[in-house]
Amino acid sequence: MKNPLDSLWGTVISGLVLTVILYEIVKNYLN
Amino acid sequence: MELVPALARWLHLLAGVMWIGLLYYFNFVQADAMKAATADGTAAGISKHVAPRALFYFRWAAVVTWLAGATLLGSQFVPAFTLSKGMAGIGIGAWLGTIMLLNVWGIIWPNQKKILGLKPATDEEKAKARRAAFLASRTNTMLSMPMLFFMAGGWSHRAIFGM
Repeated sequence: MKNPLDSLWGTVISGLVLTVILYEIVKNYLN
Repeated sequence: MELVPALARWLHLLAGVMWIGLLYYFNFVQADAMKAATADGTAAGISKHVAPRALFYFRWAAVVTWLAGATLLGSQFVPAFTLSKGMAGIGIGAWLGTIMLLNVWGIIWPNQKKILGLKPATDEEKAKARRAAFLASRTNTMLSMPMLFFMAGGWSHRAIFGM
């Protein structure tokens, strides 16, 4: 599997996905 | 005493803009520019004159950003980093910023010294250093997105978090 960080789009999409995941964790478990 | 947090917030934003601005410059501009410049034989202009200056402001802006952020947190430093109730949002932002700072000083800068010839390295070591620095830089670009989301958590984010 190709590393998504090798492309700029892969990096930006990974950042968006990570933002949503962390947001859900904070909202549901840490707030 | 409201002056210290006010100045710390201002400095945190000033240095943060420089740090993340230069991070985006490296990832969105310089990486592709270096490929094109290497192909036409003009890469030395970037690696000799631009990159070392950009890296200087990049790594020190990271330190100033973190210190100003820690000052701004003040007595909330521990509650933020332990993700205490009501502090988890800014705490996640602070953790991401801290990981990014460690990436800058622990991976990106030591490897860039080899790439730019500031530290002796064989061609093989340089190739490895280039890959490590590239991936650490891309990781920081990825982490910057949730980091800025959680750092920017003000009244608007209260709506998003349903508080």
